[in-house]
Amino acid sequence: MSEMTKVTYRIRRYDPNRDAAPHYETYTIDYTPGLTVLEGLWRIKETLAPDLVWRASCRMGVCGSCGMLINGMARLACNTQISDLGTDQLVLAPLPNFDIIRDLVPDLMPMIRTHQELHPYLVREDGGEQEGPTGEYYQSVHDLEQYLQFSYCIKCACCMAACPTMATDPTYAGPMPLAQVQRYNADSRDGGFGVREEAVAGERGPWRCHYAGECSRVCPKGVDPAKAIQLLKRQMVLDYFGLRRAKCPSKLVEKPANPKRREGIPEAPKPTV
Amino acid sequence: MIRDQKLWAWHIVAGLIILVLLGLHMVTMHLEGLVPLRVLNPVVGKAPIDWENVVARGKAVTMPVIYVLLLGAALFHGLYGFTNIVREANPPRWLARTVTALAVVVGLGLFALGSWAAVAAHLLARKL
Amino acid sequence: MSDSKHHPNRLGLWGWLGGGRWGLERYLYALHRITGLGLLAYFLLHIVVTSSRALGADQWKAAMDAVTGPLFSLGEYLVFVAFAFHALNGIRLALLELGFAVGEPIEPVFPYRTSVNVQRPLAVIVLVLAALLVAAGGYDFYVLQAH
Repeated sequence: MSEMTKVTYRIRRYDPNRDAAPHYETYTIDYTPGLTVLEGLWRIKETLAPDLVWRASCRMGVCGSCGMLINGMARLACNTQISDLGTDQLVLAPLPNFDIIRDLVPDLMPMIRTHQELHPYLVREDGGEQEGPTGEYYQSVHDLEQYLQFSYCIKCACCMAACPTMATDPTYAGPMPLAQVQRYNADSRDGGFGVREEAVAGERGPWRCHYAGECSRVCPKGVDPAKAIQLLKRQMVLDYFGLRRAKCPSKLVEKPANPKRREGIPEAPKPTV
Repeated sequence: MIRDQKLWAWHIVAGLIILVLLGLHMVTMHLEGLVPLRVLNPVVGKAPIDWENVVARGKAVTMPVIYVLLLGAALFHGLYGFTNIVREANPPRWLARTVTALAVVVGLGLFALGSWAAVAAHLLARKL
Repeated sequence: MSDSKHHPNRLGLWGWLGGGRWGLERYLYALHRITGLGLLAYFLLHIVVTSSRALGADQWKAAMDAVTGPLFSLGEYLVFVAFAFHALNGIRLALLELGFAVGEPIEPVFPYRTSVNVQRPLAVIVLVLAALLVAAGGYDFYVLQAH
């Protein structure tokens, strides 16, 4: 689209103080090569619609704030080049399956609350060590690989917007919280499988995922929540049939009693601050 | 309320049972021209649904056992899937509970009917 | 902020079919549900109709005569088609949802290769086998048996 000089944004807007229901408004701005959807929004706000509202922060695809529906697909606005969309007609809407607060801002609190309720932290018996750490836990590279992918989640909620079950079912936890359940279950330092199993054994659990795969398709960080959910189901079914190999949470590394410096390694310089 | 974790696990097990037994049923009833299984359609020249073949099939004691197993697995698999679809559509709570209760009643009722028919047909076949 | 008039925005049943993004797996999911409902409806009636074999030859013949005809024959064939798809896709779903054929957890490197890519050959195999089975069933129904 090198000949594109203008781009039109058709934005679903809603102001609760003014509007009974969302409606579309259209804005046309100049296009320059390399323009992202987010930068286009800033141009609209600066020149055409100063009251247009959306969430954004890092503008480089790491904070997860600017998730929205762009031409029918849940994406990060900062990560989406207008030229990659293959058209100069953009349709923007807030992420579906969440209530709209205003314009392009969805209410993500239900997702955050569900996430909190599913124990997204290491659960161990040595709680004191969690609060006042004295050392490191053993974890091999292989152990790390079992959950690293799922830890890249930036909570942008694109997966939640794309999920067909989320479209109708408010009790289903959703791809993000369930992928994070698997992230912690698969962590060799964690001992909280039982606690999380109680939370997701029922109707909010992964049983309402039927592998449509949309969550993994839209995830901007390659977290692959669909894979995490299927791995979670496998562990829970194995546990139900008594076939799951429970692992002990990894232990603290024992520090040597009298560590000796190896020859040839210099001392650290004295701190200057 | 039985947890979804357990119900879903048995849903998959039932699906695998149905795959084998219903597959066999489909081959017997609808693919007999391509894959004639004489042990299940012994009367040559008669269609699988003709009375002669029904009786010939029903004589073996394994038949009612297989029928009841397939019946139970298919009723559970189908009705659990159906209640899942209804519950995911987010109906009012009373409707979800009614549908679940109906599914249980219909499932048990049809299981009783089908099991009786399988055993009675076997006994009738052995007399003929 | 939390007290202002938030507007509901769930996609509803349209979200089951294709709320904006048309991936193959999403259509397989919708088709799996539709074929499942069709099979269930047929099956519940099938139990009642075939139970008549326990009452003797005359009742059985009467029941079979009641479900004879080109419309019923087509209906039976559609049930066979639904079974072919539902069973084969069911094998794929059983494998995926028990954690097989989704791939191992990996460090994501752009362009991302997700479980959707890993299981795609399986989805294609399922469709091809279902098509073959449907063709074989059609040949048996309408050429060999003509019932």
